[in-house]
Amino acid sequence: MGNATSAEALVQRSRKKAPMALDELYREVILDHYRNPRRKGTLDGDHIHAEGQNPSCGDEFSLDLRIEEGAVTDAAIQGIGCSISQASGSMMAEALVGKSLDEVAEMTSLFKQMMGIDEGDNPVDPDRPGSVLGDLEALQGVRKFPVRVKCADLPWTTLENALQSVEAATG
Amino acid sequence: MSSLAHLIDDFPILGREINGHRLAYLDSAATTQKPTSVIKAISDYYENTNANVHRGAHTLAHEATVAYEAGRAKVADFIGAASPNEIVFTRGTSAAINLIAYGWGLRRLTPGDRIVITLQEHHSNIVPWQLIADLTGAELAYLELNDDYTVDTSMLEKVIDDRTKIVGISGMSNVTGAIGPVADVTAAARAVGAIVVMDGAQSVPHTSTAITELDVDFLAFSAHKMLGPTGIGALWGKPELLEEMSPVEGGGEMITDVGLYESRWAPVPHKFEAGTPAIAQAVGWGAAVDYLSKIGMDEVRRHEVEITKYALERMAEIPDLTVYGPTDLDKRGGAVSFELGDIHAHDLATILDEEGVAVRAGHHCAKPLMRYLEVPATARASFYIYTIEEDIDQMVKALWNARKLFGLD
Ligand SMILES: Cc1ncc(COP(=O)(O)O)c(C=O)c1O
Repeated sequence: MGNATSAEALVQRSRKKAPMALDELYREVILDHYRNPRRKGTLDGDHIHAEGQNPSCGDEFSLDLRIEEGAVTDAAIQGIGCSISQASGSMMAEALVGKSLDEVAEMTSLFKQMMGIDEGDNPVDPDRPGSVLGDLEALQGVRKFPVRVKCADLPWTTLENALQSVEAATG
Repeated sequence: MSSLAHLIDDFPILGREINGHRLAYLDSAATTQKPTSVIKAISDYYENTNANVHRGAHTLAHEATVAYEAGRAKVADFIGAASPNEIVFTRGTSAAINLIAYGWGLRRLTPGDRIVITLQEHHSNIVPWQLIADLTGAELAYLELNDDYTVDTSMLEKVIDDRTKIVGISGMSNVTGAIGPVADVTAAARAVGAIVVMDGAQSVPHTSTAITELDVDFLAFSAHKMLGPTGIGALWGKPELLEEMSPVEGGGEMITDVGLYESRWAPVPHKFEAGTPAIAQAVGWGAAVDYLSKIGMDEVRRHEVEITKYALERMAEIPDLTVYGPTDLDKRGGAVSFELGDIHAHDLATILDEEGVAVRAGHHCAKPLMRYLEVPATARASFYIYTIEEDIDQMVKALWNARKLFGLD
């Protein structure tokens, strides 16, 4: 994980976790994306490809992106895994298409802040649900389940790997 | 209520609350909880005896050596070994199997030789053989499974052919709970002169082990799966095989003489124990063995059959729940892998955890088996002497809740 959290702090955090309603984690929209993943499949023609795995749990995710003139014009995903990793990937794929690479970087960083993976306060505005990250905000309940954060993050690390290959190619 | 229920008070951790619920610890196949007697043996050792072993003549060094070797003697007795010298302490089952692979396999296998293992093996009894096959040019072959998840013995003579030098088999699967056909496999191995390596990580803690009756050549097992501490396990080997086997790690403790260019090895088992060993852990393991012996391994097995029967019955009440493992209680132990509808195992584990129920989710370090079963992941509930019906009831209630959360009702 990105930030340096001391082992001590991790232990404290996992002990202090208040019991929470599971329905905050398993929102309807998450189950819908899990059962009906959007943009499922692969791309033909020019595209970049990356694959990610969580070896400890076996979740897998693969991503095809078409990038034209500095923007994502098409995306396709495939994967096997839990509802959190697969819903996160489906929502991410939907959100990517039509965004410039700068916007993608911005969204990735907001997502990682929302999940507590990157430093910073949760950017989501509780008074205006969906205004910052759209449907993806449904995943913020995962933040309270530290062992599941890596599930939600799998598609995003895969995305970062895919984009790194673009950077490497362009310069 | 089971006759072993009174043991619960011996396990302090079982008094913990998890997410506002009593802990129902159903992950004993991963590691077992520890009774007070084991925890105390370890802290007593550090408070009163701590010193390095087999070095130095002071009182503590002597007492520490005696305590360490007493642990070895208890473990040897526990599996019915003729002498403590047949027990090599290792870091655990994985390290023990690697020791055989590198100490015996690497020096003896040649291109064209065969290593046979089964599809129910843990990665610990697969990956070392892949490494050795790669280094020696030997080939790896698998025994497959029957429809009831037990190892298929109908092909034994065909798979264990006369090129076979090593056969690896687990006494009990950590995924399906299936008991391995060790006797049949050993007979087939004997017929072609192959050695038998038994992974006892799950079977030694849960059933009585009479090593002389088993007639295998090597047995690997771990302390932490039988009430003992992590960081120690054992390789039992036939004396003549341990004698001819080469050390894999060099260092202190394992020599009688070191010259500039070569050394002479200490006698078995010490020639395999380079460096300062896990002394407190050996003491703790000895206490664990004492605890289990007092209960009696037949009683441990009887309780496990009973609690597994109860669990399988209660789980059968839940619609869309699939168990991956034998239904015949005589063919299985207390590790129950399952799926519930389209709810992924990790989601199940999270939902159960919120209700204080600890189960494992994932591939259980047995990916070839998972592929064979055509499931990417399962949830697994696994039991031990301190498992009671209340634990199962708590899990079943949480499984119904999972159905509700995922809209399966
Ligand atoms: C059947 C089996 N073999 C081997 C192992 C590996 O044991 P250890 O991790 O103690 O080396 C395990 C436990 O994880 C197991 O269940």
